[in-house]
Amino acid sequence: MKQAGRFTPAWAAALLLSLVLAQASVAGTHDLVLERRVVNVTGRERVGMLINGQLPGPTLRLKEGEEAVINVTNHLGETASIHWHGLIVPPEMDGVPGIAPGYGDGIRPGETFTYRFKVRQSGTYWFHSHSSGEQEQLGIYAPLIIEPREREPFRYDRDYVIMLSDWTDDDPRRILKNLKTDSSWYNFNRRTMVSLFDELARAPGPDARRAVVEDRATWDMMRMDPTDITDVGGLVFLVNGQSPERNFTALFRPGERVRLRFINASSMTYFDVRIPGLKMTVVQADGNNVQPVRIDEFRFGNAETYDVIVQPTEDRAYTLVAEPIDRTGYARATLAPRPGMVGDLPPHRLRPLVSMAEMGMNFGPKGYDRGTPLPEEDMPGHVAPEMPMGAMGGSGMSGMEGQAGGHGGMPGMQSGGSMPPDGTSDANHGRVAKKGGKRARKPTKSPAMPGMDHGSMPGMSSAPPQRGGSWAQMEGMNHGSMPGVAAGAPPAGVLAAATAGLQQGPQAYTLHGGEDMQNEGPMLGHATLDALVNRTGAPPGTRVLSYRDLKALKPYPYKKYDRIIEMRLTGNMQRYFWSINGRKFSEAQPIVLRYGERVRFRFINETMMPHPMHIHGTWFLPEVGNGARNPLKHTVNINPGATLDVDVPADAEGPWAFHCHQLYHMEAGMMRKIIVQRQPVAQQ
Amino acid sequence: MKPLTSLALGLCLLAPPGLGSAALAQGVPALAQDQPYAGLRSPPTAAFPDQALFGSVRFDKLEWNRLGGRDSARWDMEAFYGTDYDKVFLKSEGFYSGRARKFDEAQFQVLYSRLISYFFDVQVGVRHDISPRPSRTYAVIGVEGLAPGLFEIDADAYLSQKGEVSGTFTAFYDLLITNRLILQPRTDIRLQLQRVPDLNLGSGVTDLELGARLRYEFTREFAPYVGVTWDRKLGGTAAIAKRIDEPTSSVYFVGGVRLLW
Repeated sequence: MKQAGRFTPAWAAALLLSLVLAQASVAGTHDLVLERRVVNVTGRERVGMLINGQLPGPTLRLKEGEEAVINVTNHLGETASIHWHGLIVPPEMDGVPGIAPGYGDGIRPGETFTYRFKVRQSGTYWFHSHSSGEQEQLGIYAPLIIEPREREPFRYDRDYVIMLSDWTDDDPRRILKNLKTDSSWYNFNRRTMVSLFDELARAPGPDARRAVVEDRATWDMMRMDPTDITDVGGLVFLVNGQSPERNFTALFRPGERVRLRFINASSMTYFDVRIPGLKMTVVQADGNNVQPVRIDEFRFGNAETYDVIVQPTEDRAYTLVAEPIDRTGYARATLAPRPGMVGDLPPHRLRPLVSMAEMGMNFGPKGYDRGTPLPEEDMPGHVAPEMPMGAMGGSGMSGMEGQAGGHGGMPGMQSGGSMPPDGTSDANHGRVAKKGGKRARKPTKSPAMPGMDHGSMPGMSSAPPQRGGSWAQMEGMNHGSMPGVAAGAPPAGVLAAATAGLQQGPQAYTLHGGEDMQNEGPMLGHATLDALVNRTGAPPGTRVLSYRDLKALKPYPYKKYDRIIEMRLTGNMQRYFWSINGRKFSEAQPIVLRYGERVRFRFINETMMPHPMHIHGTWFLPEVGNGARNPLKHTVNINPGATLDVDVPADAEGPWAFHCHQLYHMEAGMMRKIIVQRQPVAQQ
Repeated sequence: MKPLTSLALGLCLLAPPGLGSAALAQGVPALAQDQPYAGLRSPPTAAFPDQALFGSVRFDKLEWNRLGGRDSARWDMEAFYGTDYDKVFLKSEGFYSGRARKFDEAQFQVLYSRLISYFFDVQVGVRHDISPRPSRTYAVIGVEGLAPGLFEIDADAYLSQKGEVSGTFTAFYDLLITNRLILQPRTDIRLQLQRVPDLNLGSGVTDLELGARLRYEFTREFAPYVGVTWDRKLGGTAAIAKRIDEPTSSVYFVGGVRLLW
């Protein structure tokens, strides 16, 4: 009795403790409130849409294995939603209006929706509104960090979230309307007469001058604009909600290992991210651990995440620079040993131009498996007219791809997605290389084949004619097996001589909205268009991250794909609408997948813009040549004019969203519904 | 009372998962069907923004000049409202003559416009002219779009209520000197299949207008300009003009504003 009495408190404590533990594992309850608040990002007051009154919203921290309970209350005065970007949750909890079962149009004004799901993963993610680009652009986004159950395979002393975003003082609905009125509305960096005379003056000789003029004429004849790199202007680029002037600062002690959790929560912006003076070790991509890879910079598509570890050793401020690809500003943060320190801001890189090879010459095969019961027809206006070869005085750049004329039903040549980076060839690569060889012969049969008039090809004129000819052959024959020919090699502009050593334009330090900025000049031949190489304009020797460098730490069960579904990324650059396989979201059938199958999405980017394609409910496994160690991603960047194979394990039943994460592209139609179901689809 | 309370409590506790499973129960049978969510998307009640309606108004000309010591004005505008494929266009152009102190011509068109290719719309509708001379109403068919070389073109054919066939062709080009200073050469050609004596028009090409306007885009919406236009009546129309002692050609220096919103 006495003994029992002595044990009772202990028992009670144990019981209490177990209760508390049970509580912790089932009920991490979080409350999020969406509301309109006045924010001042640029010096002007605007009404933002915020989560718990913060921009970005508060970091949500979950634990792997727990049952998360999240109450989202909507005080926006319009229907809203929250989607857990990259999280594998049941479809009812995915938070996509019109797609998530039982979710309707989202959370109605004044109501609270309770999300309950088991957290099955760990890493860096984020969450955002899925109702409209407007809500997300105006602040409904926040980091989501899931603590792993097991010890992480890397060490760090400090941990910072670096959430990049783009803010506008404009009304986002107005932005879309403006783009539909004039798709170059926000582009104040188009090529002008002034820049023409400037280029002519810089050109080293008459051939180069002729190439400059012919390049302009070619683009004009195509009714396309090589400076059309991004759609929206007037953006202010933020790090954790701080403008470059406010300069978000992350503190460190020299020698410490600092983990930076990069999240690109931008509506419309790709960044080139670097920290001059520091190597970054990428340890995680899209929340999944990868084999550590040391890099200097990376191209950062919307909605992707990268976790990197840096180890600053000097007692000084380091500037973290995220330069939008159109170079119209910076997102800037500082790593510093003490608050208040400001590092140097490097000058802007030259503004890139879209190269002819990236330009919509990737028409891919049509009338193929579109993933729908009946193959769809492209709606009028979605597919750019093919290049008028005759009208262009044989400038014949379309020969670039080889396949432009050879619509033979084979995928694009640039499916360099599987090209071995180091020239070694395993079974997997061998297949692709062979395919490349087969394709190489194809275009020679095509009447539209280049090689007739290389001399007049813009950018080629200064090259000896026989080189032009052999270039075309090389392009055809060696492409598939050429080891990493373009990897890291800086593209040589025709004006390379003139712009050599000139790393920046006149507005070298523009923080916001540069106009008439210097660009890199027209591209020379640009023989290979490697889907996985990003042209960031980095100086030679810079290690720029490619998807090929991402090797999953834990191999994902590798399985050969069961079928290929073609995903042509299409749209009308001029009228500003976007689509997949020539149909906007509301005009298209859902894509039906069988539960358990492994589907290969063959992305063929027919547009001249990069598209960060995002899938809900499962993972993307981009075929980057790493076999079972192909990285797991929720968002995969498809470069302009590129072809990339991406495998999708259809391992989650339900209706899911699949879309481009450039928000205005999504709103303008570049979205599909995917249905994963157990029963095979009845063929019609 | 007590069982009632516990029942209520139990209901409260059960409600959220209950709702969840109800949603699941709704979802699963639908997914098991041969054609899940047959047709388009799952039944949402709000329209997806890719079908949203939008509109725009553009004044290519809204200009003044002093002709013979009198202020004259011209306008040429178009507005549309609709979807990416189907739009309603309203177009108007006209001339207020300071010398005559009246609208020399005022033309209004209401058109249905359909996107037929990447760069072109086909448009059909009606046109009504208000002028000091007898008014006319026409049926219109035309194409508008962007031609190779980045020329904006608008070509229309008209059939009047009296059976006369005519046509217009307009083309302009934005030559960027800088990204805000833009020179816009422009041509308007009008032609007539038959003579229309009561409108003082001969057959063939009736008149030609060449102009150039240099604008500065303070914003995309607001761009003041200066320009010059040269009008020339041709053929039978010029002969008629000579007979009634009207000028066959004239040069205007104009100041105006291009509006877009």
